[in-house]
Amino acid sequence: MTKAAVSVTLFTQRARQWVGELGWHLFCLPIALTCVFPLVWMLSSSLKTQQTVFTDYRIIPVTPHFENYLRAWVQGRFGTYFLNSLLYTLIVVVGVVGMAALAAYAFSRFKFKGSGVLYKILLSTMLIPIPGSFVALYILLNQMGLIDQGSGQWMARMGYILPQINGGLPFGVFILKPFFDGIPKELEESAEVDGCGVLGVFWHIMLPLARPALGVVALLTSLSAWNEFLLAYLVFSRHELMPLQRGLLAFHGAHLTEYPLLMAGMVISIVPIVVIYLVMQRNIIKGITAGALKG
Amino acid sequence: MPVARTGSIKPYLFILPAFILFAIFSVYPFYLLTHTSLFEWDGISVTKQFVGLSNYWNVLVHDPVFWTSFWQAGYITVLALTFQNALALVLAMAVNRNLTGGGLYRTLFFLPPILSEIVVGLIWFWIYDGNFGIFNALLSRMGLGAWTRPWLADPRTALTAVAIIHMWKGFGWGFVMFLAGLQTIPEELYEAARVDGANAWERFWRITIPLLLPVCVVVSILTILGTMQIFGLIIATTNGGPGYHTEVPITRIFSSMLGSSRFGYACAQGIVFGLTLLFFSLLQMKFQRKST
Repeated sequence: MTKAAVSVTLFTQRARQWVGELGWHLFCLPIALTCVFPLVWMLSSSLKTQQTVFTDYRIIPVTPHFENYLRAWVQGRFGTYFLNSLLYTLIVVVGVVGMAALAAYAFSRFKFKGSGVLYKILLSTMLIPIPGSFVALYILLNQMGLIDQGSGQWMARMGYILPQINGGLPFGVFILKPFFDGIPKELEESAEVDGCGVLGVFWHIMLPLARPALGVVALLTSLSAWNEFLLAYLVFSRHELMPLQRGLLAFHGAHLTEYPLLMAGMVISIVPIVVIYLVMQRNIIKGITAGALKG
Repeated sequence: MPVARTGSIKPYLFILPAFILFAIFSVYPFYLLTHTSLFEWDGISVTKQFVGLSNYWNVLVHDPVFWTSFWQAGYITVLALTFQNALALVLAMAVNRNLTGGGLYRTLFFLPPILSEIVVGLIWFWIYDGNFGIFNALLSRMGLGAWTRPWLADPRTALTAVAIIHMWKGFGWGFVMFLAGLQTIPEELYEAARVDGANAWERFWRITIPLLLPVCVVVSILTILGTMQIFGLIIATTNGGPGYHTEVPITRIFSSMLGSSRFGYACAQGIVFGLTLLFFSLLQMKFQRKST
């Protein structure tokens, strides 16, 4: 082949690659835009007024009404809902990570009677769907006085928190046990020699080493706790106890016409998870794919 | 190493907190569910009336709306299995080719899956709105004003409109699963096939699909389980309406319980529905065991 011919083939090859790449972008880009557009629309509508929101279709409103956020926070009670969500998510995450770590450590390091069976029973709840279980859960919470019916507020809060901790445990153990398995046992042995008790070894050696896996469990648990709504729907009737998802539904039902305030409330509700997602997306995606594909 | 002597109670103390919760909130409700399903009970009365299996009989034979709700969830599931997962796979293949901006695409595609069903439902509720929705406004501007309608309130379009929201929320999840699967396929296989003269289509069917099969099975089964149990999106958009056109099994169970206060019946519905889904879960476990 002559030099010219070589460069021509190289050129056509490049051109074909380039056209191929362009084709893929033409396919992917519109879909990516539909993923953000509803969010942009929500943000834009949250800055309009009840009058302009239905007539002004501009993305950036002429006069943005930032005071909508203050009104949503105070009058729309989204401040209360937000703080409740924060509280519930925090307690659920601490509960799941703590209890799952303890259990996963026992399953990883001790051979005890029934360990295999108990481990399997715990994990089977991740695979066996019990779609009617919320009926039974409602009956149970009612029996225990944990449904919000004028009783003490912490009873209802516990009725919301405890089942969620329980719900997150199988996934937590499922992620943490293999991780503990991979930590060499020599570290614990030397700590034992130094006079550390079992709990000391767990606390001072194992937990710090397992930090990456604990982080994945905490991340995914907080996402699902923040977005939880079925249990909130069953448990709460007082506005001052509701988390965001339940509060959004309540607001939507009561003020069907307060469109910009609803949108402001939704923006308030998604800011924390979107920020966490943008910072930690690698870990989130890794955790989700590992949870599903390694089962 | 902290070897537990036989009969040592230490390990049990470690698993105790988890298993106390597990016993109270997973095992006992399971018993409550089966037990209550044999009774007629309004959820408040001290006494329950034992009715044997008649709740089950009524679910199976005398509850056409429940079965309608079943088929409607099935309709959304079929759409999700085909369109949503096909889209997810194609997008994953695109990004897997080291497309410029692939990372950005991944970030954007996975944005809807991290949002709550309530938020997604409420956004789309307003997008689809008959009078003020941006969707109708777009159609009008494109000269398709005749097509405009209240998408979620029209019996002919409500179910498909809900299905579209569901797929919008879900495809990014399938995308990351497929992408994770594709990244385990060694590039050398494609190189070798190219040297042997296989074209893109042949490489797709002979390499990508067979090696991705385990992931496809997992994604399909989880799509079925997730879509059949759709609930939050329905509550936030149509609440089962118009009429019964977007009722799904979980909304039916919900209204049996809190709407008509028939707790025993709600439990029976849950169990019948659960056994159907269990069939698919067992299928998943079987396939996964085979593939690993």
